[in-house]
Amino acid sequence: MSDQPPNMAQTLAQGMSGGSPHAVALGIEVISVDKSGALMKVPYDKKLVGDPSTGVIAGGVVTALLDHCCGSAVHTQMTEYSMIATLDLRIDYMRAAEPGKAIFAKAHCYKITRSVAFVRAVAYDDNPDDPVAAAQAAFMLNTRPAPQLGSGA
Amino acid sequence: MSEANAILQGVPYAQFLGMQIELAGDEMTAVLPFSQHIIGNPVLPAIHGGVLGAFMELTALAELLLKEGQARQPRVIDVTIEYLRSGRSLTTFARADIKKVGRRIANVHVEAWQSERAQPIAALRGHFLVTPTS
Repeated sequence: MSDQPPNMAQTLAQGMSGGSPHAVALGIEVISVDKSGALMKVPYDKKLVGDPSTGVIAGGVVTALLDHCCGSAVHTQMTEYSMIATLDLRIDYMRAAEPGKAIFAKAHCYKITRSVAFVRAVAYDDNPDDPVAAAQAAFMLNTRPAPQLGSGA
Repeated sequence: MSEANAILQGVPYAQFLGMQIELAGDEMTAVLPFSQHIIGNPVLPAIHGGVLGAFMELTALAELLLKEGQARQPRVIDVTIEYLRSGRSLTTFARADIKKVGRRIANVHVEAWQSERAQPIAALRGHFLVTPTS
């Protein structure tokens, strides 16, 4: 990664969120993106509510945020930008998000090979140790241009 | 408006996505018309993977509400989403199959497709916390 400016993934993440109409529609904000992972947030919005009787944000919003954040985390481990596609996304919903609060997502790409990247993420409102949801994702990478094997290889 | 769409009418997020439901007898098909704000990658363009996941999750919830009668909206416990093909700028359809409903847990499979039912673009398997009324 030494040949890359340290903020490459951050710039990319901001560009990806700004350039992704759905991320804009959800109101996704990129807080930080670096080698340790990606941190993003979706502010509370009534249009995103899943159950009006409780005012809780729809699980689908958390799904979209986690998918988006996991994708950015993959870019933090790539030496050259290439397009990626979600292969598989597994989400456990531990509790309802608190109505009125923004939802954060924190993702970390812990392994990247020539063709696949593996990511873990959590979504939370106040405290990452008390998550709303946890995710495990696998991404397919474009074979061209190929990223380096391993984060520090 | 059908009973099915009345269910979605009460879910702001389903309205935000633009999702609708069609009923043919007891067979429910969820419909997601293509629109600009569901695009994830504008270069291809492709529908945001999160939108497909959310759409299938809502399809499973709607199927449970329609078929099983719930005291309240089922809660999602976990979902596994498989992405098979990229979602193109076309209408997306989804159907849910309730594999099992117990007193507390329902297991539901969902498949989403666009131009060909036999060429699904994504699939979801999920567990839901249910509150059967009967």
